[in-house]
Amino acid sequence: MINEQYPKIYLYRRLVQAKLFIDAHYADNIDLDNIADEAYFSKFHFIRQFKSIYRKTPHQYLISVRIERSLDLLKAGTPVTEVCYTVGFESLSSFSGLFKRIVGITPSIYLLRQQKIKEEIGRSPLTFIPGCFAEKNGWLKKEQF
Amino acid sequence: MITKMTHVNIFVLDQESAYDFYTNKLGLKVITDVPMGNGARWLTVGTPGQPGFEINLTPVKEGMLHSKETAEALRELIKKGTFGVGIFTCQDIFATYEEMKAKGVEFTKAPTKEFYGTEALFKDDSGNWFSLAQLN
Repeated sequence: MINEQYPKIYLYRRLVQAKLFIDAHYADNIDLDNIADEAYFSKFHFIRQFKSIYRKTPHQYLISVRIERSLDLLKAGTPVTEVCYTVGFESLSSFSGLFKRIVGITPSIYLLRQQKIKEEIGRSPLTFIPGCFAEKNGWLKKEQF
Repeated sequence: MITKMTHVNIFVLDQESAYDFYTNKLGLKVITDVPMGNGARWLTVGTPGQPGFEINLTPVKEGMLHSKETAEALRELIKKGTFGVGIFTCQDIFATYEEMKAKGVEFTKAPTKEFYGTEALFKDDSGNWFSLAQLN
């Protein structure tokens, strides 16, 4: 059975390399045509094969990687404009629009909410941890009740 | 009555290394990461397809949880590959296998057809092992 699939391994490897390339270079001005060439595919074929594996076209995947990375930066408190350009978007309006479409709220609101959560963790970390684990680890004070 | 399991624990040898393994190599997301003081850290990760299910990564150390003897014994067992933790599933096993290999994950079995689907076996950075499966 594996033998029927074996030639496909090389196909997979090229597509996986393309996906990993997007993962590593999402912040740059990537030319997806270039990636298709590097993977020895015609652009049409590349997009189809990529989508069959990753359920997104290379372009959609690139956007999703940028938005994912922007979440990490916003969680760390980075200002929205800086995040936008750091992850490779060229305009604040396209970043905000895509972010809102994918995440459900604007980047500014996400930033605010994450700051609040961080403050809460700082104030009372135990609220984020199941009591049983906290107790076993010795993190709970005895006078809980 | 019990409705769900929401947390599961995996004992690891080094929490920082496990953090890198489970997030960067397996692609799991950090759910909670709370420093507890004294170097302790409550760290949980989750799979993209199971919101509400948290995998707790606990380093094995002498302390409140384990005596010195227990910690040493447990670390040895982990290193030996005693613990087969569970099964991760994916949509496309060959793409997932290639990507994990490219990121340095050690597989002990390449994707092999079984009656229920195609399955590979891999280890985490501590020695715990898992099945990676694409089910029929």
